Amino acid sequence: MGAVRGISFPRAPASRGHPLYRKTRAAKMVEWTDFERETIQNIFAQMDYEEIGPAALSRCLVVYPWTQRYFGNFGNLYNAAAIKSNPLIAVHGKTILHGLDRAVKNMDDIKTAYKELSVLHSEKLHVDPDNFKLLADCLTIVLAAKLGSSFTPDIQAAFQKFMAVVVNSLGRQYH
Amino acid sequence: MSLTEKDKTAVKTLWGKISKSADAIGADALGRMLSVYPQTKTYFSHWSDLSYGSGPVKAHGKKVMSGVALAVSKIDDLTAGLQDLSELHAFQHVSNFHRNKILSHCIMVVIATLFPKDFTPEAHVATDKFLSCLALALSEKYR
Repeated sequence: MGAVRGISFPRAPASRGHPLYRKTRAAKMVEWTDFERETIQNIFAQMDYEEIGPAALSRCLVVYPWTQRYFGNFGNLYNAAAIKSNPLIAVHGKTILHGLDRAVKNMDDIKTAYKELSVLHSEKLHVDPDNFKLLADCLTIVLAAKLGSSFTPDIQAAFQKFMAVVVNSLGRQYH
Repeated sequence: MSLTEKDKTAVKTLWGKISKSADAIGADALGRMLSVYPQTKTYFSHWSDLSYGSGPVKAHGKKVMSGVALAVSKIDDLTAGLQDLSELHAFQHVSNFHRNKILSHCIMVVIATLFPKDFTPEAHVATDKFLSCLALALSEKYR
């Protein structure tokens, strides 16, 4: 065997505007089946925002207590009962759930739809994007409790796919 | 992370309410896992039928829940209590430990659909911790 040649790496271009930095990946759209689209539209058309929003957020704060760090100004979060009856949390839960409406209306480009919200969560609110998935899981469980046996595996799959896209989009603008 | 007395009480209380439906919960949870997370099918390629509600899925769902029942009874020392099951799973090369979150999530979704009033946030956090500790004890012999 001959001697191993040294590997040389190209020198990094000086400017970020250099063609080498241009993103050439083809834009990848999320593909939705008709069933998935219908399922998402149906779920949100029948959604009781007053009930589900607060339930999902308060559950997240109980099940994953480290998420409480983002709610320092919200008053008493001392125990599950306090969290459940906290009016500021209730209002915010509803706000968050309505925040999903944007994705429901723009399923073909959720990434763009959430660009500003992503920046907000990163630069202003400083939320660890890991937590978005935790809230999504709590929302899934609350929805399952509400829908019972009509929350079939196929519907669960469609809903979780939708939430995964939302969660991914919200984490995109972090740097 | 370990289970507090409060957690153990919450788990036992919930188990008392749901244990009669254990077989159905197991079948539903496992079936959901295989259809919602198709990558998990790779661990069961030796089964004849991986569809939701099939014979092998129902049978194994029942086994999974009897494992959970065992864990509830051994909740004060899960590592010792689940030793045999750990060896069994290690031998079967089910050593992808982080996948356990997927099955745990599916079990909790099913409990929520069947017992919405009992699966309160408090019961949820105790169950989540319990299933994590269960999975950890189960993976004891993996490496």
